[in-house]
Amino acid sequence: MTREKLGRFWNMYRSVIIMVVFAIVVGFANNRFLRFSNIMNILNQTSINAVLAAGLTVVILTGGIDISVGSTLAFSGAIAAYMLERGFSAAIVVVAALLVGLCVGFANGLFIARWNLQPMIVTLAMMSIFRGATYLLTNGSPISVSDKAFKLIGGGKIFSVIPVPIVIMIAIFIVMYYVLGSTPFGRHIYAVGGNEEAAKLSGISITNTKIIAYMISGLMAAIAGIIVTSRLSSAQPLAGQSYEMDAIAAAVIGGTSLKGGQGRILFTIVGALIIGMLNNALNLLDVSTYYQTVVKGVVILAAVLIDAKS
Amino acid sequence: MNEVLLEMKNIRKEFPGVVALDNAGITVRSGEVVALLGENGAGKSTLMKVLTGVYQRDGGSVRYRNQEVAFQNPREAAQKGIVIIHQELNLVPYMTVYENIYMGRELHNKLGHLDTKAMIQGSKELLGWINAEIDPKRPVQGLSIAKQQMVEIAKALALNSDVIVMDEPTDALPDDDVDSLLAIVEELRAQGKGIVYITHRLQEVFQICDRVTVLRDGQLIGERLVKDLDYDELVRMMVGRQLTDLFPYDPSPDTEDVVLKVEGLTNQYVKDISFSVKRGSIVGIAGLAGAGRTELAKTLFGVYPKQSGKVLLNQKQVEIRSPKQAIQSGIFYVSEDRKAEGLILSQDVKTNITLSSLKKIVRFGRVNRKKERKISEEYRKEMNIRTPNLEQLAKNLSGGNQQKIVLSKGLMSEPELLILDEPTRGIDVGAKKEIYNLTNIMKRNGKAILMISSEMPEILGICDEVIVMHEGRIKGRFTHEDVTQEKIMETIMRDGSQPKEGV
Repeated sequence: MTREKLGRFWNMYRSVIIMVVFAIVVGFANNRFLRFSNIMNILNQTSINAVLAAGLTVVILTGGIDISVGSTLAFSGAIAAYMLERGFSAAIVVVAALLVGLCVGFANGLFIARWNLQPMIVTLAMMSIFRGATYLLTNGSPISVSDKAFKLIGGGKIFSVIPVPIVIMIAIFIVMYYVLGSTPFGRHIYAVGGNEEAAKLSGISITNTKIIAYMISGLMAAIAGIIVTSRLSSAQPLAGQSYEMDAIAAAVIGGTSLKGGQGRILFTIVGALIIGMLNNALNLLDVSTYYQTVVKGVVILAAVLIDAKS
Repeated sequence: MNEVLLEMKNIRKEFPGVVALDNAGITVRSGEVVALLGENGAGKSTLMKVLTGVYQRDGGSVRYRNQEVAFQNPREAAQKGIVIIHQELNLVPYMTVYENIYMGRELHNKLGHLDTKAMIQGSKELLGWINAEIDPKRPVQGLSIAKQQMVEIAKALALNSDVIVMDEPTDALPDDDVDSLLAIVEELRAQGKGIVYITHRLQEVFQICDRVTVLRDGQLIGERLVKDLDYDELVRMMVGRQLTDLFPYDPSPDTEDVVLKVEGLTNQYVKDISFSVKRGSIVGIAGLAGAGRTELAKTLFGVYPKQSGKVLLNQKQVEIRSPKQAIQSGIFYVSEDRKAEGLILSQDVKTNITLSSLKKIVRFGRVNRKKERKISEEYRKEMNIRTPNLEQLAKNLSGGNQQKIVLSKGLMSEPELLILDEPTRGIDVGAKKEIYNLTNIMKRNGKAILMISSEMPEILGICDEVIVMHEGRIKGRFTHEDVTQEKIMETIMRDGSQPKEGV
């Protein structure tokens, strides 16, 4: 009985357990790791990936995938920088960048849900289109940003302690937790991913549900784009490249099933933190970045294997 | 000639909660065509799956060439000379005919290089044996169903099979092609093969079969020579069953209150369908698999578009284009396949129950969990869903309890018309009776019920009216008082294809 309970506890919270154990072990190996400033550093570094992963979790829950988020991030960031340099106010620029993300997501959803194309292929095409569009907009070189208000989004600190991106990340996860857990739309997302045919026969509009899911993913990519652009004080044509892979990895390490219908958003942030901590720890321990990439791959494999076995 | 090739005896096969086969069997002799007959769900396919190793038997013996055998999978059975040609053909459309015929057993030289020439030549010979004029080098895609079947048969011959099982081979064929297929069957018989021929078309039995084996409720009813049988006797063997008090018939109230009226409904699946369902009554739709019954239900439910015809709900014409609209209009459809279409198996009982009626438990855009729990609990009691708690995942419950969850979901949406598609398929007798009692309660609560069923006793037992469908059309209508199994069977068979005179 207790064994069974223990098993259930492990199944439910294993990503959290792994994260905590990892933190303790690294904390012993290097005393800088668990310092407050380093923890803030990790959270700040993780925020971009976590925001992208929040959107991807929604899409993956419907049984889809969105690999265009890296390009969407770059394009909405470039739009923001482009407009700022032409004198628009930070508020208008932010709204415009968010709209760009929503539109890319809507286009993805339309092709996937309305015209029944493969999510992988559609978002692969979009990835290429918007990377190209970013090159066109930036002419291949960074657009720098000097607007003070805009720079606060990525570089500001609340009470001079907590970086703004961390606050944005936490706010997003609270909202997403509520939406997925307590609204009819959240139920629809899980139902569509769990059994599309049954969801349809239960009176759920598959098309609308999926389109909104991709729009959320696009919106998250735009938010990440704004943070990145603000933090670097410039829009880079190569911004966000291959970020989609880390975001998918975060969702998967957090236990979201790529088959759809199963997974919880709060564990996605844990997945993102595990990746963030891993990079940070390997840096502190002076391991070459080349190894970091290898280790990340091993962690992803281990996560999927544990998932498949339980 | 006519030595016994294969003998299956006292076969028993159980699935969780259901005994699919009990004391079933068949004997196949060389140079003979044996018809394997029975109603839908009688166990024909299960018996053949036990034979070819898709399922492992729980009891009984299978002797093949005087040896006890137990194949682990269809591949092993095929290697030993027993193949099954399924209703759904197993060919790869993009590959050529000869590649399909030699799939998995490709001819090659010592270096592993494919011997294309030999395979093409071999295919030509195999196809020649059955007089099929098909170019081995063309792709399978684009061939007619009949030609594809010939390729399947050639594939079976390439394996040097002794026993060939054909599962409703003429079902998908136009009448012209049936004769050429039957000619091939005769050719195979002349070559000394043993053939198991599964069919619903009784006239074909008299045309080409030597012997019949009849199954009913998973039991062997009899093995007889065709020449000693007549049509009526055969039908009696197939359907003759005692109705028990399993069916608590509850006469419907005498009302003229029509809930659903369908006039001339036509689309790619159904033709010119007209009928009506009164408040508090159950209309049953009988027919064979593929008669268009599920398609009719899904058309009413907005899954398939209609081309012409009218649907009236409570005397008002409705245009339903999606299941969402159908549910809003007061129709709910309970699918025949509750695992694939009825439930989100990975989610819990309460989430499944409330899925179609989230509006009822939402306040200010937020799901009220207390209310969700309370309503789900009410349905759990009312429907007697046996589950340890409402958080149990749907996949962990038995078939009967799963069906009660789907029914709860349907009732929570407060439909005027409930369409039940094979509501008791794959659930045990006890749960069946509960479902029948529940339908009677729904009846008394003023629901109109349309029930599709392949189980004759249930059609006869609880329906107020019975519609018989075949090939997308309504072929007969009966009231509860004058319907019999023989009449339904006869309505279907009479129209199976061209009735043969003198039979």
